[in-house]
Amino acid sequence: MSSKVKLLYGILALIALLLPFQDFIYLVFAMKVLCFALFACAFNLLLGFTGLLSFGHAAFFGTSAYITAYFCKEMGLSTELGIILGVIGSGVLGFLIGALAIRRQGIYFAMVTLALSQMVYFLAVQLPFTGGEDGIQGVPRGKLLNFIDLNNDVSMYYFVLAVFLLGFALIMRTVYSPFGQILKAIRENEPRAISLGYDVDRFKLTAFVLSATLAGLAGSMKALVFQLATLTDVHWHMSGEVVLMTLLGGMGTILGPAVGAGIVVSLQNYLANIGSWSTIATGFIFVICVLAFRRGVVGEISAFFKSKS
Amino acid sequence: MFELLGITPQGLIAQLLVGLINGSFYAILSLGLAIIFGLLNIINFSHGAQYTMGAFIAWIGLTQFGQWLGFPDLTINYWFALILVPLIMAGFGLILERTMLRRLYHLDHLYGLLLTFGLALIIEGMFRHWYGISGESYPAPEILQGAIPLESIGIVLPKYRIWVVFISMTVCFSTWYVIERTKLGAYLRAGTENPKLLQAFGINVPLMISLAYAYGVGLAGFAGVLAAPIFQVNPLMGSNLIIVVFAVVVIGGMGSIMGAILTGLALGLVEGLTKVFYPEASGVVIFVIMAIVLLIRPAGLFGREK
Repeated sequence: MSSKVKLLYGILALIALLLPFQDFIYLVFAMKVLCFALFACAFNLLLGFTGLLSFGHAAFFGTSAYITAYFCKEMGLSTELGIILGVIGSGVLGFLIGALAIRRQGIYFAMVTLALSQMVYFLAVQLPFTGGEDGIQGVPRGKLLNFIDLNNDVSMYYFVLAVFLLGFALIMRTVYSPFGQILKAIRENEPRAISLGYDVDRFKLTAFVLSATLAGLAGSMKALVFQLATLTDVHWHMSGEVVLMTLLGGMGTILGPAVGAGIVVSLQNYLANIGSWSTIATGFIFVICVLAFRRGVVGEISAFFKSKS
Repeated sequence: MFELLGITPQGLIAQLLVGLINGSFYAILSLGLAIIFGLLNIINFSHGAQYTMGAFIAWIGLTQFGQWLGFPDLTINYWFALILVPLIMAGFGLILERTMLRRLYHLDHLYGLLLTFGLALIIEGMFRHWYGISGESYPAPEILQGAIPLESIGIVLPKYRIWVVFISMTVCFSTWYVIERTKLGAYLRAGTENPKLLQAFGINVPLMISLAYAYGVGLAGFAGVLAAPIFQVNPLMGSNLIIVVFAVVVIGGMGSIMGAILTGLALGLVEGLTKVFYPEASGVVIFVIMAIVLLIRPAGLFGREK
């Protein structure tokens, strides 16, 4: 990593740390951006670095949100335990769906993940503990380690930021590890990776489970921030949104999905008052990105700097 | 009459008929997807939205079009809609292919999926913006209203539903005939197999690709018109259906036209049967079958890996 990039990360971290000391940006909004940034980064691990397009990541995001919300509210478990159970739940689900989905390639992979996540959606509609259309409301944020009161937005913000940084560091570590290099090799040329003796299916499945687990972590945090887990979290629109964030920010870049998440969440906040326009705008951004802007924001910027140096 | 596990034969037949109708829609839509996939190597995610659009155009033609032009008496009735709407949708598909999809053929196939997903959101969002999600009803044409009573076994068959099964099967099997048994179909199959070689023989492959997409979209519009009198015409009718159709396509595999049709019909029937014996599972049964097929025969029942 060059010193300039390190400087950039330093500045970003500083801004994030100082965010509660100003009045322009609401903390809840910042927390939402962080949750979705983590979700998109987790997704990018699969799409950007392994070349697998999952169209069902909402299943992991939503399942974990439901599990955390259920255990924290109905069972009265502590916040940490709720998060851990949610993350384990989404990891197990990721293993099941991943094991089925990697049996097909390319477009079929996307369709299989979409169909299986729709099944999870139907289950969420029907199972008694999810609360149907209402979802699980009024989830208590509780106290972290029985010590820090998370009902205070500032401490909740720092908790979300810490979790995001942890997840982000894990993803970065994975991408730059030998394991990450093999994933990239699979993305570039799968038959060749097989011929070099790698058990491609095992690597794909590991990447899938890792991505699902981190997506689940994002879902748990989201459930705590908004104190809410609903059907929206498992709906296929959510899967589409995370694809859009990654595509818009720049797939296969480290920072891109986080930038994309920031843009998409801001846009939705801005358009939320005028009904269906948010869906239409999302659609248009998709079309424009695919036709003219395939490298995404961060991809274009880094390509610009590369061409200059 | 005898009863089986507490289920009357009337109930069974009624659900099987519903299953057969759903199966007809699955069949038409997965047929369209298979044709498009064969030549374009793209999964048309906007297929569901185009089906919705077909239903809406038919409904607009019946109730609003005349008023827009200032002739409240002018209505486009069902029979005209059944011919006009697929043509309009095919034209729409042609424009999409020429202006957008064409630019993506040299890229990874996933971009086609993402583009058509965006288009689906735009179409769905626009209808939602204009007409809300409450749903509009579309009356069946008079000649097809009512039902045929079959007194010997004590059930009634709604005429419109019989018509839907009949006409969609006719369309499906004539499409199959054209593709598998005529010269035009032979070009199409050759294009699926090896487009470059076919072009070297002097066939206008880009035109063929455009027409294939247009035909697939036209089929989706046709299904939309057929569906309008059965289901409520609402902006979300397509997106809920298309995910099931994707599962159908994964189960059948897109390599075979007949495979797409038969899998669609069969899964509709299975879904109908599930509604009789274990209603709670009827929403997920197709996905469960998909999971089982993936475990036993990953390429799909009629498929081959491409």
